[in-house]
Amino acid sequence: MKTLRDIPVGETATVVKIHGEGSLKRRIMDMGITKGTRIYVRKVAPLGDPVEVTVRGYELSLRKEDADILEME
Amino acid sequence: MEGKKQELPHVFTGSVEHAIAHIEESIQDKVDPINLRWYAIKIFERDSKALEQLKLDEDLMRHLDAHIRDCEKELDDDAESIITNQRYVYITKLVGECVKKKHAAGTLSTSDKIDRVVTNRWLALPFFAGVMFLVYYISVTTIGTYVTDWTNDTLFGAWIQPGVQSLMERAGASDWLISLVVDGIIGGLAAPIGFVPQMAIVFLFLSILEDCGYMARVAFIMDRIFRRFGLSGKSFIPFLISSGCGVPGIMSTRTIESEKDRRMTMITTTMIPCGAKLPVIALIAGFLMGGAWWMAPMMYFAGIGLVIIYCIILKKTRFFAGEPVPFVMELPAYHIPSIKGVLLHVWERVWAFIKKAGTILFLCCAVMWFLGSFGVVHGTFGLVDAGDSLLAVIGGVLAPIFAPLGFGTWQAVASSLSGFVAKEGIVSTMSLLSSLGTEIEAYDTSMHAAFAAFFPTSIAAVSFLFFNCFDSPCLAAISTMAKEMGNRKYFWYAILFQNVAAYCVALMVYQLIGVGIGQVKFGPATVAAAILFIGLLYLLFRKDPNKKYVEAERRDALRA
Repeated sequence: MKTLRDIPVGETATVVKIHGEGSLKRRIMDMGITKGTRIYVRKVAPLGDPVEVTVRGYELSLRKEDADILEME
Repeated sequence: MEGKKQELPHVFTGSVEHAIAHIEESIQDKVDPINLRWYAIKIFERDSKALEQLKLDEDLMRHLDAHIRDCEKELDDDAESIITNQRYVYITKLVGECVKKKHAAGTLSTSDKIDRVVTNRWLALPFFAGVMFLVYYISVTTIGTYVTDWTNDTLFGAWIQPGVQSLMERAGASDWLISLVVDGIIGGLAAPIGFVPQMAIVFLFLSILEDCGYMARVAFIMDRIFRRFGLSGKSFIPFLISSGCGVPGIMSTRTIESEKDRRMTMITTTMIPCGAKLPVIALIAGFLMGGAWWMAPMMYFAGIGLVIIYCIILKKTRFFAGEPVPFVMELPAYHIPSIKGVLLHVWERVWAFIKKAGTILFLCCAVMWFLGSFGVVHGTFGLVDAGDSLLAVIGGVLAPIFAPLGFGTWQAVASSLSGFVAKEGIVSTMSLLSSLGTEIEAYDTSMHAAFAAFFPTSIAAVSFLFFNCFDSPCLAAISTMAKEMGNRKYFWYAILFQNVAAYCVALMVYQLIGVGIGQVKFGPATVAAAILFIGLLYLLFRKDPNKKYVEAERRDALRA
């Protein structure tokens, strides 16, 4: 399974499925990441985590660990 | 909207709208018509709170569930995701029709250009360190000191105090009243009030950084470090603000979503020496090593160290165990903060402090003055020397508790007592007890004898400083904490934890370092301190007893 963690900096990918449930999934969806959303990976924080992505025209930061629930292609 | 029923836009696709219409129909008589659609959508999402509230009977629920499941099958997603997804689709459609972007997709806006430098992989940390250094250099050493010195020496020292004294003498006020007003109240308030301008400058910088969007980047940069001891990057902002004052620091924990993280941040954030503790640190530093400049940074590092240690230990306890909360945060575009917004922030925070100085501190000064000036001598109650005062009696009773920490003198204990009310009170009480008047802002050699009587050894003074910097915060911060925690039980645990932990830390510092450098004799208390130290190491490095369970939970969630 390819997740958001595997998308290199500077590339864009599409969400296929959001795995898991509960607060994390709800939070991620509330921030505008849903099935079919295009996500551009902007950069990685100086210490290697979290990552900064562009979703629906705004900037979002999320941890790689949390990014793992996003299946991408 | 003024009672007029408006046709709401239908934002979902055919089958979803159909199911919602069906739900609406069947709960029509159970809810207020205005909320009908909202409830219908919540039922479609299977929102547990809404369902609990409506108490629909099982037959109906099963019937509705069939409809919902049909939609889920058709769209290959769960109901909640369908709603969120289609809402976003609708929003995107609207935005596409009516919003024109200044920057075409793919080009860099000014905000992007700033971010390329500020959160750059290599430049981000040096830039951050530079910003922090500048903020504190300007507010603490240059402008801040200048304004504070002026308030203390000129405004209070040269104008207000002598002025009030001569005014009262001319008016024929009795000696004790003059003493209460001039030495007790004005003298006691001078130190904290003198501190206001410095604090205002710190808050001014922090507000600008907050409003322009840099603080969110700080959370982004620091998250990796904070996660190591169970917090998120968002906890950094409260810690930063607490270096000015704990009250707004505790209030700024509101941005942390997880209740556990928030409580943990509240408990530990006041370990960072606040502005009110600076005079205490300066005083002890002056007494010990002629005002060594590195004393204040050392206390900051000790504070940060304690925050880390406490967090690691607390995270492994039952109360705070659990999966780290998701750190999903928007990074807003940079913008120039509005002057009004920034000034409002500064004013709110400074005003909270002034209010505290005007009420709690005022009362504290008066009470401390009373306890320190009155007492019973030869069976009569009246004005006495400090050594015979009520304060000496109370301090003397409590002194044995603090004897293992090295400062079992009544003066030191009495000062610590006033520290529970307000940390600035420590300095004013000490100046009162050393009967050297109010000029105690800067340490001078005339106080050496008085201080030597308070603290038999230099390590005792250090232990005193540790206890008073890392115990429960001042009353104002405590009451803020009670309000923000919203749970009495947790609040009392927090206060208990802070004080017991501070006692243990001071005990270890005094006994272990004291014996090490030969200032303290080996005794039962040393053994107790050594046992405590081993216990601390155990708590720090033991395997997280809750970890296995949490990991399993996460795996299950991922598989689902």
